[in-house]
Amino acid sequence: MLDKEVKRGSTEMLILALVEDRARHGYEIAKLIEQRSDGVLQFHVASLYPLLYRMEKRGLIKGTWIEKTGQRRRRFYKLMPAGKKVLNEQRQTWSDFFTALDRVAKINPA
Amino acid sequence: MNPNWKKIAREHLAVLRLPPEREIEIVEELALHLEAAYDEALTDGLSESEAEARTVQTYDWRLLECELSRAEQPLAARALQPSLELIERKGGLRMESFINDLRFGVRMLVKNPSFTWIAVLTLALGIGANTAIFSVVNTVLLRPLPYKDAEQLLAVWEVQTKSNQSLFSPAEFLDYQTQNQSFTEMAAYRFMPFTLTGQGEPKQIDGMIVSANFFSLLGVRAERGRILQTDDGRAGATRVAVISHDFWQQQFGSDPNAIGKTLTLNGEPVTLTGVMPRGFQDTSQSERQIWLNPHNVVPDWSPNSPVDVLSIRDTAFLRVIARLKPNVTLQQAQTDVDAIAARLQQQYPRPAGHGARVVSLHEQTVGNVRPTLLILLGAVSLVLLIACANVTSLMLSRATERYKEMAIRSALGASRWRIVRQLLLESLLLALLGGVVGLLFGYWSLQVIVAWGVSEIPRLSEIGLDYRVFIFTLVVSVLTGLIFGLAPTLGAAKTDLTSALKEGSRSATAGRNRLRQTLVIAEVALALVVLIGAGLLLSSFSRLLAVKPGFNPQHLLTMRIGLNSQQYSKSADKKRFVSELNARLETIPGVESVGIGDDLPIAGTDSSTTLKVQDQPATSADALVSVGLHVINPHYFDALGTRLLKGRFFTERDRADAPSVFIINETLARRVWPNEDPLGKRIRYNNADPWGEIVGVVEDVKFDGLHLASTPHLFEPYQQNAWSFLVVTIRSSLDQNTILAAVQREVKTLDPNLPVSNVRMMEEVVAQSLATRRFVLLLFGLFAGLALLLATVGIYGVLTASVSQRTRELGIRMALGATARDVGRLIVGQGLKLVLSGIAIGVVSALALQRVIGKLLFGISPTDPLTFTVIAFLLIGVALLACWIPARRATKVDPLTALRSE
Repeated sequence: MLDKEVKRGSTEMLILALVEDRARHGYEIAKLIEQRSDGVLQFHVASLYPLLYRMEKRGLIKGTWIEKTGQRRRRFYKLMPAGKKVLNEQRQTWSDFFTALDRVAKINPA
Repeated sequence: MNPNWKKIAREHLAVLRLPPEREIEIVEELALHLEAAYDEALTDGLSESEAEARTVQTYDWRLLECELSRAEQPLAARALQPSLELIERKGGLRMESFINDLRFGVRMLVKNPSFTWIAVLTLALGIGANTAIFSVVNTVLLRPLPYKDAEQLLAVWEVQTKSNQSLFSPAEFLDYQTQNQSFTEMAAYRFMPFTLTGQGEPKQIDGMIVSANFFSLLGVRAERGRILQTDDGRAGATRVAVISHDFWQQQFGSDPNAIGKTLTLNGEPVTLTGVMPRGFQDTSQSERQIWLNPHNVVPDWSPNSPVDVLSIRDTAFLRVIARLKPNVTLQQAQTDVDAIAARLQQQYPRPAGHGARVVSLHEQTVGNVRPTLLILLGAVSLVLLIACANVTSLMLSRATERYKEMAIRSALGASRWRIVRQLLLESLLLALLGGVVGLLFGYWSLQVIVAWGVSEIPRLSEIGLDYRVFIFTLVVSVLTGLIFGLAPTLGAAKTDLTSALKEGSRSATAGRNRLRQTLVIAEVALALVVLIGAGLLLSSFSRLLAVKPGFNPQHLLTMRIGLNSQQYSKSADKKRFVSELNARLETIPGVESVGIGDDLPIAGTDSSTTLKVQDQPATSADALVSVGLHVINPHYFDALGTRLLKGRFFTERDRADAPSVFIINETLARRVWPNEDPLGKRIRYNNADPWGEIVGVVEDVKFDGLHLASTPHLFEPYQQNAWSFLVVTIRSSLDQNTILAAVQREVKTLDPNLPVSNVRMMEEVVAQSLATRRFVLLLFGLFAGLALLLATVGIYGVLTASVSQRTRELGIRMALGATARDVGRLIVGQGLKLVLSGIAIGVVSALALQRVIGKLLFGISPTDPLTFTVIAFLLIGVALLACWIPARRATKVDPLTALRSE
């Protein structure tokens, strides 16, 4: 259960992180998650778009149709201020979590 | 050539029914994604078909649908939830998914308006009828009487052989008042009409003379001024009156300074001391307007009486109420009054079976209507059950249609509980809708019930919808929803997915059909019970109408005149007035005969006494007979149309100075002289009077109501015993208004201050006496009609569904040589089998319930075979009609089309 939630939350964070520096389209995001997590983060591509729409509705990201010359128009998602905030919070949470793990691991050496 | 990704995406998304513009956008984005994946697969060196297969197959469409359907919910809050199932499992935000289900439920109901309407209306009829009747039960039976600590209040009655609600004589009342150990107080009262003069036309007003503690015993206060006090009951107290709010408005124009003013009642000045609050009801259950204290040296329970009223023991005219001491039970009080009665019986011998009885005032007020109301409530709840059965049946047939939907939802991961919840929610939604419409319907029917029944059922004027009614309706609606919602959901929970999807759900349908058939049987049984009830009431009513009343109510005008003013305080004045009135009225053209007496048939006897027969030992209690006592003029029976059986009627010669004479009725003759001729026998009822002779025997007149067995009655000439309250009956075939105007003219000539009141045709009086029964019959008939209608619709629905499901089978039968007749008979037979099973169960249930309705019946056994048979055949007839339409449809089945179906 927790596992699923963590995964879901982490996917959300990944997406936010991926669109942090520049706007990306769905396929690109999917590919990047797959590549960067090296398959460790199992991710169902089918749930990507619904997740994006949900995040969009929450105002974390914003999708815009953009037409580049010579290409078909694509929908690019960019990070919104609210998303930035959530991303920072989540980063903090994860970092706290890891610090804690780290500390526990050090306190109890084998 | 590249696959058409947009088309593929659109096909998968169609299930979701997204808004078109949103769907276009998503389809476009998904298509781009799929195309990119496809291109990548091609780059990986796969063939076009392999690439397409990989792209489509690796994409989890189901997950997409699920997630999208959630993501696209318009509710903003929802977007915060990463996964509904997850949250649900963790016990959070159930409300969220509930709202979701609710929305879906609403959508389902809106999508099927005809189903929704039929179901809601069916339920509304059932719930509305229940709400209305429950409101009546609530007001009349459940709410405490509007007095302080009303549960301590009692009515106290004398008990005689034939009646356990007899009145007290003043002397007896005083005995009980001083000797009892159980009551904090006892109060007595007497109904009394008063003539109001000095304020416009003389007017007759209904009032009471009450003991001074009457109001304080009830624990009520005056709105203005004060209620009666102990001093008002003292000897020599001035005559004072407390009036109703309405009377204060009408007679005093709501004058705030009315207290202390003087009214002229029966020619006497009466000082106004108090005004009761609006809606105050005394214990009489009718709209009294004025309450007076007894006064003078003797508290004159009967005004202007020449004798010491308090010593009267032979004539009873007081009604008595009492308040129990704290911690004294009704049973203890009864033991107490029994002891007093036994002591009094020794002192003053009375007919056997004489005693006293206490009964709670609430029981006294509403006890008579309790069985009626509860039976009505029972009948409407049966109607509601039938409505439930019908809606269940509807839900079941819809469940069959929705079987695949459920299977798909289940396949998409919905838990059984979730599906059951969805269906239950839809049922509850329907039931609550039905409840709301039902409440409106109930409110409206309540107005009708009150308008019809207000004078027939006590406390009905207090009626209204209060919180209890709302709670009742809510509970009934929810229960109803659960009842009809449960059956289809049980089916749904058992849904076997694979078979549902594979074989077009035939096996499950069979189970549902069985359930629907069971429902029809139940409906028929329930409807039969209600119909038999209505049938019994109807025959009982017609028997009542056929009762010989002992008079002819046609063309008989009746009215009351009260000789209660000072002017008529002497007997001789009354007698003179009556004989003059008699003479004048007989001269009115068109008048056939004029009767003057003190009681109107059907409307009840005011006075009763104990008959003593000369040469029979008066001490033997068995020899004493309680009789209704009437004083009449010579043509009283002519006017009523009552037959003389023996001897003669009174004549003008039976005057005060002539020997005293009596006429008795048939029942009295049979009771006292079963084997002898009563003519010439000598009797009296007052020990101080000389013996009088029986000169005539008349047929029994129903004085106390058509439904009661005749009791002994004794008549004496008005000229030998003058009373104050006159009932005038005039037989004439002329228009009643013409006659009435002439009568009023004559009365006015005789005494301009004398009001003529209660003008009614005798037929109205009779109708009025049957009004409660008519009212109950009407309601019951209405419920029976509803039950029949609903059951018929139920039978029709099940057979129609059955015919359409059996189309293929019927086609095969016809292809194999069955004629249209055979097929028709098959369907009708199927229906008839259900109906007959229902009737069998219904008859048994009705027999089991016979004791319940027995109380409301007159002259007919609750197991009357004729009624049972007629009703059963009626039901069969109507059921055959309901079967006939689907059967006809079955005969029209074209074997070829039928075989091709499915």
